Amino acid sequence: MVDITQSGAEHVPPAEVGEVDLYHPHSWWTKYVFSQDAKVIAIQYSGTAIAIGMVALVLSWLMRLQLGFPGTFDFITPEAYYQFITMHGMIMVVYLLTALFLGGFGNYLIPLMVGARDMVFPYVNMLSYWIYLLAVLVLVASFFAPGGPTGAGWTLYPPQAIMTGTPGGQDAGIVLMLVSLALFIIGFTMGGLNYVVTVLQGRTRGMTLMRMPLTVWGIFTATVMALLAFPALFVACIMMLFDRLLGTSFFMPSIVEAGEQLAYGGGSPILFQHLFWFFGHPEVYIVALPAFGIVSDLISTHARKNIFGYRMMVWAIVGIGALSFIVWAHHMYVSGMHPYFGFFFATTTLIIAVPTAIKVYNWVLTLWRGDIHLTIPMLFALAFIVTFVNGGLTGLFLGNVVVDVPLSDTMFVVAHFHMVMGVAPILVIFGAIYHWYPKMTGRLLDETLGRFHFWVTFVGAYLIFFPMHYVGLMGVPRRYSELGDMSLLTDSAHSLNAFISIMAFIVGFAQLVFLFNLIWSIRHGKDAGPNPWRATSLEWQTAETPPTHGNFGKELPVVYRWAYDYSVPGAKEDFIPQNEPGTYPAARGH
Amino acid sequence: MAETTMTAGSPLDARPDGLQGVVADWSSDQRAFKNVSWGKAMMWIFLLSDTFIFGCFLLSYMTARMSTRVPWPNASEVFALHIGGANVPLILIAIMTFVLISSSGTMAMAVMFGYRRDRRKTAALMLLTAVLGATFVGMQAFEWTKLISEGVRPWGNPWGAAQFGSSFFMITGFHGTHVTIGVIFLIIVARKVWRGDYDTGARGFFTSRRGNYESIEIMGLYWHFVDLVWVFIFAFFYLW
Repeated sequence: MVDITQSGAEHVPPAEVGEVDLYHPHSWWTKYVFSQDAKVIAIQYSGTAIAIGMVALVLSWLMRLQLGFPGTFDFITPEAYYQFITMHGMIMVVYLLTALFLGGFGNYLIPLMVGARDMVFPYVNMLSYWIYLLAVLVLVASFFAPGGPTGAGWTLYPPQAIMTGTPGGQDAGIVLMLVSLALFIIGFTMGGLNYVVTVLQGRTRGMTLMRMPLTVWGIFTATVMALLAFPALFVACIMMLFDRLLGTSFFMPSIVEAGEQLAYGGGSPILFQHLFWFFGHPEVYIVALPAFGIVSDLISTHARKNIFGYRMMVWAIVGIGALSFIVWAHHMYVSGMHPYFGFFFATTTLIIAVPTAIKVYNWVLTLWRGDIHLTIPMLFALAFIVTFVNGGLTGLFLGNVVVDVPLSDTMFVVAHFHMVMGVAPILVIFGAIYHWYPKMTGRLLDETLGRFHFWVTFVGAYLIFFPMHYVGLMGVPRRYSELGDMSLLTDSAHSLNAFISIMAFIVGFAQLVFLFNLIWSIRHGKDAGPNPWRATSLEWQTAETPPTHGNFGKELPVVYRWAYDYSVPGAKEDFIPQNEPGTYPAARGH
Repeated sequence: MAETTMTAGSPLDARPDGLQGVVADWSSDQRAFKNVSWGKAMMWIFLLSDTFIFGCFLLSYMTARMSTRVPWPNASEVFALHIGGANVPLILIAIMTFVLISSSGTMAMAVMFGYRRDRRKTAALMLLTAVLGATFVGMQAFEWTKLISEGVRPWGNPWGAAQFGSSFFMITGFHGTHVTIGVIFLIIVARKVWRGDYDTGARGFFTSRRGNYESIEIMGLYWHFVDLVWVFIFAFFYLW
């Protein structure tokens, strides 16, 4: 292992830069509201993301009410159903998952884990949050706009997205949606530049790239991807705004609506799909890679064992990130394309399974003969591995053109992507919150409530999404508010739909227990001490818990080893912090 | 950023050249790009992201142009000016391009004088760059006015495919916005240079951080990028 310094401090290069010129707040407003401290910004990002996520949760309940018990609830019209579906998808993917992983965990963990005082440009970082909040407010405003939010589906495909028949298509809904997305991208870019430059240029002495915890690798790679993928969505939003507001025809073909020829003509709806999915597919991995990174650290810490194949884990993250830019058209098999393109995109899609499988094997091999502590973060991490494998396997079905075509637009697809990019990353988010909450507050989350939350969420998610695969194979289409008397559907499809809905409510309510736990434990949780999990990475070695402004007190830590020195033979403790100098006690190389 | 300048006499001076140097830098601690400050790194990465935005705009325009079944208006006729009884094709665009490329030259000189701590020449050259940039935007406004008066709209034009006007206003508008933002920041930085903020270490109004003369170079990176983008727009929109 060349990554590990064998001897003491003399081999760590001297500091290349002086102390950072930090902004020191003087008032309550600049300390807690317009704060430039990445940790406060992280909590602001997380709080906003979870709040808007709760809206999406309620929307999913409303959808399940309609799907499980069609015709029972008068206020859920087909239009309202489309609006719920659209906003649920968009909020979950962009405003919750992306914002929470990168804006939340990224802001909190990157400076602490790489040994920096703060992000490199704290002021820009602060702007990032406020523009994100503005984007969320514009999104929320569309619920109150005349005509309500857009009902175009989260993919916002034209031409229907801006036509009369779609809710919000000719009202304010779609406009507010596009403006909100554009704002989100601007805000994210400000934060994203900070995360990338902090990782590349702002590390502490001794912290080489190959000594960074995998959490940082995951967030870093995801941020680079986001900086290159979001531009496509930005351009698509601008062009669709022009189509809607100025009457251009970038995406609009000649079209007849209610017997009337519209003024549009000559545009290409497929162009939008290409732009959207050039963003949309990397987006899946923008959400997944931070989860991969975090789960690696959770498993290693709670199994008291170094991560298996650290280098391969890093290269797999980078490889997945790169490959995910050349697979986007597998979302467009049924849009019509040259068979050779289908062949190309199916091949690249399946190649992604290779680095992904490397990661899964390495997680399992890390667990192998580890000293596994079934703490709540560990439970969530284990649940993630299982769920990600299950969700990934159905990806093999959908990645192949001939299998995808009949399954396309059925509930099978819904089940697939909820397992792989809904449930799986959210399990990691929960695990990560249980893991790092003690660092953020100094107290542990309540154990009993946590275990209850875990089991209901984990088992419940399977009870929701496993039947959904079956329902999809039976031929139940997605995006239908009501199935009516389709003769091809058996009774079991209908009763399963009702069952799924009931489970969705139970799982949803379990999240309220989690929220209660989050708030209650701030005051009443057990005292955690600085390093409750006996972890090695730098954020657990701070002088104060929670870390104060500037993160590390007087002196920045110096790093002598990688982040995975658990259960080193002959060591005093079963972990050696990254900033502890000295050689390894036992002879190595046997 | 004062805090990111190199420490003099560090062991980094003896690092290997070429590919080995790249490997050594990337496997070292603290920084992957050894002589690059935070501000410069951030600007480079931002420009990479911005490249993708302009790339998507241009690719979308090319898609529209290649897939339309209506004839595309002839750029050399549309963008001709009637001077001295003859139609001179692309004359205004040629002048605009010349002005913008010249402004890149004055910007480069400003960077050089900045590093020589010649405040007055630096500020003067930056203001000259800003004036050239503003001239460019002004001529663009003239071009827009002319086309609009001839009946070009985002949703249609008298000569052919509607996407001609849509793409034209969108792409040149987005580029013109970039130039305008650049002009504003040029004036702000020039004012700081003129006042000597980078010598006295005055703190920024918003960021409350001390600036230094590298800000001029970072400003220059952005400005050259905007010029480079224009070259592509010129080639793909006007010359195609």
